[in-house]
Amino acid sequence: MHHIVIGAGPAGVTACETLRDLDPSARITLIGDEPEPPYSRMAIPYLLVEQIDESGTYLRRSNDFYARNRIDVMSMPVSSINPADKVISLSTHDTLDYDRLLIATGSTPVQPPISGINLPGVHNCWNLADARAIATRATPGTRVVLIGAGFIGCIILESLHKRGIELTVVEREDRMVPRMMDEAAGGLLKRWCESKDITILTRTGVSGIEQEGAGLSVSLDNGDTLAAGLVITATGVQPNTGFLQGADIDIDQGILVDNYLETSKADIFAAGDVAQGRDHPTGGFVVQAIQPTAVEHGRIAAANMVKARSVVHRGSLNMNILDTHGLISSSFGQWMGVEGGDSAVLLDQDRYLYLNLQFGGDHLVGASSIGYTQHIGVLRGLICSRAPLGAWKQRLLDDPTRLMEAYLGSVQGLA
Amino acid sequence: MQRSLLIDPGKCTGCVQCELACSLEKEGIFNPSKSRIRVFTFHYEGRFVPYTCTQCSEAWCMQACPVDAIALDAGTGAKVILDAACVGCKVCTISCPFGTVNYNSDTGKVIKCDLCGGDPACAKACPTAAITYVDADQTGYDKMRVWAGKTDAGAMASTQYGGT
Ligand SMILES: Cc1cc2nc3c(=O)[nH]c(=O)nc-3n(C[C@H](O)[C@H](O)[C@H](O)COP(=O)(O)OP(=O)(O)OC[C@H]3O[C@@H](n4cnc5c(N)ncnc54)[C@H](O)[C@@H]3O)c2cc1C
Repeated sequence: MHHIVIGAGPAGVTACETLRDLDPSARITLIGDEPEPPYSRMAIPYLLVEQIDESGTYLRRSNDFYARNRIDVMSMPVSSINPADKVISLSTHDTLDYDRLLIATGSTPVQPPISGINLPGVHNCWNLADARAIATRATPGTRVVLIGAGFIGCIILESLHKRGIELTVVEREDRMVPRMMDEAAGGLLKRWCESKDITILTRTGVSGIEQEGAGLSVSLDNGDTLAAGLVITATGVQPNTGFLQGADIDIDQGILVDNYLETSKADIFAAGDVAQGRDHPTGGFVVQAIQPTAVEHGRIAAANMVKARSVVHRGSLNMNILDTHGLISSSFGQWMGVEGGDSAVLLDQDRYLYLNLQFGGDHLVGASSIGYTQHIGVLRGLICSRAPLGAWKQRLLDDPTRLMEAYLGSVQGLA
Repeated sequence: MQRSLLIDPGKCTGCVQCELACSLEKEGIFNPSKSRIRVFTFHYEGRFVPYTCTQCSEAWCMQACPVDAIALDAGTGAKVILDAACVGCKVCTISCPFGTVNYNSDTGKVIKCDLCGGDPACAKACPTAAITYVDADQTGYDKMRVWAGKTDAGAMASTQYGGT
């Protein structure tokens, strides 16, 4: 049995580890296309503040992890796959036969369609090469323009600011992290950033970037221009599916997978940022593009590659946690609420505290928070268990902070 | 024989000696907010419930860690944070459906119960035997495992497979 895994990110590496666990004798090949050992994009912000070196971003710490688990690691883009013959082609035109294939190729940042986006000094913050380029340019005092205040933008905002740069963030929508939190929360975040001397321009677009002397000039759609030594774009990502042209695999937003993470072609699975998998609690199929989902997909896909339809994927929960200069926010599931559902909201502007619980009938379906860090995972427990809250619902409506008690009382039956 | 913490809320008087013992053992200070075990108060029921990590086999925290900073202690079965590797990204704190991995803003890293290497301070400090450290298979541990499964009836119960 030959398992081939394309993409050496968290989804691919977790899959290989699981494959080895469950299938001691199989041949396992992991194919990535970045020069470094498999690493975690998520660790890039900590590399930028020099809290870790590059080896601190590696997905597996022990040097011999891949050898010990007999995982053949190759660094070489896969250029096409042929499901009929069960063969993949590499950019060198070499081919490899597979019995089971996992596509875990992740996503790539979307470039905003503006002039000057390819100028030197304009970067994404997506891979280690980007991180090195940013570290070279983002020296103390440098003016940096960050385009996009979504989740990834906000994740890197803190590390950029900690490098002692002068930061301006430009966001087209009306608030920060618009797909993670509501107006009230986005407003709190913005006020917090401003109190740390970060300029946040919401409802503002970038119309173009030009070279100006040794630096860059960023034109805004409100007519202003900003001088910058570095421009970073974080305006969303799209799944890496280009090499699947001609393979006739069903693709919507991402690669469509069933409840076993199998694609429309037999023996081909997909996992992580590239996959459009089941969402919990809605039951719909979405691209979540987050680390915990990538790992969950990798594990479940691998189990089904070894033993067909042995593990059902009932859905991953979309969730994020963000540290914006010491102000910690999180969001889970249907944080925006559901039709006819109750909600409990606690907002303390002065202390930067926010907690928003969303109910669907008698159970929790989503939540968002700012300033709460203790026992926050219990929000996942409450949502994923779909526990009927009973009397606890009213208690949470009265005091949303009693989450842990509600969980122990309703899910664990401890009170 | 691996052992685990057995918690019997019926015996807990809410004295929080466990929290003090834990924070002293782990942080060198008496500060319940830094304790890995916490006692929750149920006013309506007049009940106290000590609660901490069950060292669940699913190990959501360990799975979600992007930099391999949570390791299995083969001796105790505990999932242990490797401080030198932890970057403080907090993804484990949202991944743990029990809410028992927490962020410590003083150190910029996360904290969770590690069973004190096999000699848990909370159990030693508990004056009423509400917290005991006993052989895993004689305890209510199985019951806690069932709860663990129940927690993940949605996404995750089905992700368990033999051996891991
Ligand atoms: C700066 C930053 C911070 C982040 N922070 C968080 C966070 O706090 N929380 C969170 O949940 N998520 C975070 N993310 C997102 C998270 O990193 C991704 O969701 C995760 O990396 C997805 O894993 P993956 O394995 O699906 O894809 P990837 O990690 O993207 O790995 C896919 C790999 O496949 C390779 N590949 C692509 N095409 C081919 C091909 N044709 N042949 C061979 N190899 C190929 C890619 O180059 C890549 O190496 C962050 C991302 C970034 C950039």
